[in-house]
Amino acid sequence: MSVKLSVNGKHRELDLQQDTPLLWVIRDELELKGTKFGCGIGQCGACTVHVDGVAIRSCITPVAAVEGRAVTTIEGLDAQGNHTLQKAWREVQAPQCGYCQSGQIMQAASLLLSNPSPTEAEIITSMNGNLCRCMAYGRIKQAIKIAAASEVGDE
Amino acid sequence: MSKQRIEKLKNNVEKDQVHSASHAEAKTVIDPMAIPKMKRRGFMIGATAAGFTMVFLPVALMTPAKGFAVERGSFEPTVWYSINPLGEITVNIAEAEMGQHIGTALARIVAEELEADWQDVRLNYVDNEARYGYRVTGGSWSIWQNFDLLSRAGAAGRKAMIEEGAKLLGVSPLKCHARRSKVICRDKQVSYQEIVQKGDLSRRYSEQDLADLQIKQPDQRNLIGTDTTALDIPDKTRGTAIYGIDAHYDGMVYAKPMIPPTRYDSRIASIDDRQARNVAGYIQTLQLDDPSETVPGWVLVIADSFHAALRAEKLIKVTWNNGPAANVSEADILQRGRELIEAGKGSTVVDDVVDEKHVNEWMLDAQEVIQAEYTTSTVLHFQLEPVNAIGLERNGMWELHTGNQWQSLSMPVYAKALGVKEEQIIMRTYLLGGGFGRRLNGDYGVPALLAAKALGKPVKVVFSREDDSRFDSPRSASVQTLRMGFNAKKKVVAFTHAAAAGWPSEVMADFFLAEGKNGEKFDPFSINGANHWYSLGAHQVTAVSNDLANKTFRPGWLRSVGPGWTNWALESFIDEAADKINVDPIMFRLQHLSSRGKNAGSYPNSIGGASRLAAVLKRASRLANWGKQLPDSTGMGVATTFGQERDMPTWCACIAQVHVNRSSGKVTVQKLTLVLDAGTIVHPDGALAQTEGAAMWGLSMALHEGTRFEKGQVVDTNLDTYTPLRMADIPEVEIEFVDSDYQSVGLGEPATTVVGPAIGNAIFQAVGVRMRDLPIRAADLKDALASLNRGTKADADLNQLV
Repeated sequence: MSVKLSVNGKHRELDLQQDTPLLWVIRDELELKGTKFGCGIGQCGACTVHVDGVAIRSCITPVAAVEGRAVTTIEGLDAQGNHTLQKAWREVQAPQCGYCQSGQIMQAASLLLSNPSPTEAEIITSMNGNLCRCMAYGRIKQAIKIAAASEVGDE
Repeated sequence: MSKQRIEKLKNNVEKDQVHSASHAEAKTVIDPMAIPKMKRRGFMIGATAAGFTMVFLPVALMTPAKGFAVERGSFEPTVWYSINPLGEITVNIAEAEMGQHIGTALARIVAEELEADWQDVRLNYVDNEARYGYRVTGGSWSIWQNFDLLSRAGAAGRKAMIEEGAKLLGVSPLKCHARRSKVICRDKQVSYQEIVQKGDLSRRYSEQDLADLQIKQPDQRNLIGTDTTALDIPDKTRGTAIYGIDAHYDGMVYAKPMIPPTRYDSRIASIDDRQARNVAGYIQTLQLDDPSETVPGWVLVIADSFHAALRAEKLIKVTWNNGPAANVSEADILQRGRELIEAGKGSTVVDDVVDEKHVNEWMLDAQEVIQAEYTTSTVLHFQLEPVNAIGLERNGMWELHTGNQWQSLSMPVYAKALGVKEEQIIMRTYLLGGGFGRRLNGDYGVPALLAAKALGKPVKVVFSREDDSRFDSPRSASVQTLRMGFNAKKKVVAFTHAAAAGWPSEVMADFFLAEGKNGEKFDPFSINGANHWYSLGAHQVTAVSNDLANKTFRPGWLRSVGPGWTNWALESFIDEAADKINVDPIMFRLQHLSSRGKNAGSYPNSIGGASRLAAVLKRASRLANWGKQLPDSTGMGVATTFGQERDMPTWCACIAQVHVNRSSGKVTVQKLTLVLDAGTIVHPDGALAQTEGAAMWGLSMALHEGTRFEKGQVVDTNLDTYTPLRMADIPEVEIEFVDSDYQSVGLGEPATTVVGPAIGNAIFQAVGVRMRDLPIRAADLKDALASLNRGTKADADLNQLV
């Protein structure tokens, strides 16, 4: 069955079952490996991507659900990989093993799109579904605060 | 080191020389003679009074033949780094990169002595090749075991650069020094790049030359101990870091496991895949025949994509004749441990008499004896990247593409599974999406190799999260009994500690077993921590292998291993003892920490001994403002740890401040204060990050995560019911390191095991309830509070009657 996709601004038509999880399409069909597989039940957030700017869990999203919508992965967040959040992530040296970090960054980017100056409580509410097994939560939270402050400062 | 051993070492040097030359032409070719040598030069281990000693023999430093250096155009004075004609310095990293930024830290050590400009340094995570020696990343050993080796490797290069640079400058090398990739003589200078291009760098260092190399004094260092950023981090923010699960090989098929009901001895009765045959992309269901018995009774669903394999699996019916562990529960495992302890089984790890009087006699003569049982539940590694591997055969060589922490343990297993020699297998290196000890056991590579062999094509095996959890080698449940005897003056005179758990080393690495004083073997990793640095009278430690645990699952090494349970019991029980004689818990510890006798410590690793533990404890006490007034139901608790091994102690103290909700039993950790003395700190921010993560692991295992066996399987296999710490649960954390020039020790694990008992002790201070089972569950605490209240009320009623 043919599915039309727009991922990181590129249009692709793939022969796939409609219920194929978007995660595996991104990783194994489009070969964008930055989006990760962690739990497969939408509870770790490693597979987080944007659909029309909103964070979703690609491991439980059927590919058919995103037809005609703009999918953004970590590779498409910023062409140079220098999104404010990515810079903040490096500034605070947030990643340890790094496996969850694409998902963390995509979740945080979605938060800042809808709420450029989140409170601590809002950050926690938004990020609590993203597991970091290395438990670098303190630094992730700090990076989001830094990114939010610099975005506000830029305006 | 014996003469014979030195001879062997020298032979290996020669062998490596040959091998490294061939390495230049074809990276995948392994000298078939080199690998067996690797084992001999790997490491020695032997039991000591304190537990066990591990001595890593350095991989010999060497200079390649002149022709080789010229051919490559690069200067490669050791296997550990090279400088190319562009001036790029590539440091070869043989440790697994799994979040600890080990590549950065090791490269800093090389660069320090080489006088490299840090901007010139690159990392190269090397495949499993004999010339890098024994390969294991665990035990928080990496910096400790490599510091001197890599310092000397760097110093050898600096010496060569200065000698050749001096020639190019036409001056005496004695008048030159090196700094930031340049050799400098007053106003003249020449870059390392130019020296590599023009100099004659073929040289050879004898063992004596290397031993004589001048290594910097701590005050001469420019890189070690100064802030830097980790070289592995940028890719991890861009989605461009490559983990094992991201590996791809043209022509490969995908496989998803169907895991039998028991780890051992399940036999396939039938396979029915008729319904799956209509699934697009489904290829077949493969029954594995495994001579290594790593994956007995396994079935793989083979498809042209992983999503097709997932879809097909749901339609495939496999029935097994279960193994004997099919009905084993967590309670059975704990009960078995209890029975073994009560029967006096096990290995006597420590048996220190005082005044020639045995602990049993002291105990009999004691005025008062306290005793308690502590338990811990099964814990999953739950590293976020599920285990996975690609197996393939190419040009007569087998390849395994996967993240791994202990290649040298895995290789013989793979060889047995394939029925080939180890030198016919090469492991390709990838980043690890979390290690935590899971990937010390490379069992997940076996199905990939077996399937590749059976199908004659590359196979990528990916475990679902549930598969990963069920096939985990979890941290064993444990049961421990501790007793302490006091004399009439309330002085501690006797202390015994027996711990029963599944033993990873017994099951997977029996060469690590040491011999106890009663002749019985023990797994040092499973009892470490009980051989503590307190002076508490006559002392006996007994390690008990829980045979039912070992038969039911494959016990694993999980971040710190034994101290995860031994330190929980020890440090909680110390507080019980302090409470018994009405002494402040920190004061009690300080009274029993003195650098005398067996606790004096020794150069270089444990120099200073118990007084260094006392020092971090005092500092943590000041930092946390121990003893300050706290609100109702709020308390501070303390604990210490020396990390994993007495022979490589990382001195650590933790103070937890918690609040207990008396109606729900919920514990909120408000603050953790940690002070560590890990000797010389190489990469300060990396050290901090490791400690932050380790402390949060400790908190997670104290309050949030844990599972249990039912019917031979772990009950919780995914995040719907297995619930590690999330962002909402993190407390304020304050961490300080002691400024020290002593031997660098480990930091990946120590903070993991100190947090649980600090929390348990804080709960006692907050509400007067002693929790003895890990994790501490709200419902259990609520029940304990209720019975405490009932007890208090009964006491009050009784008093009224009187």
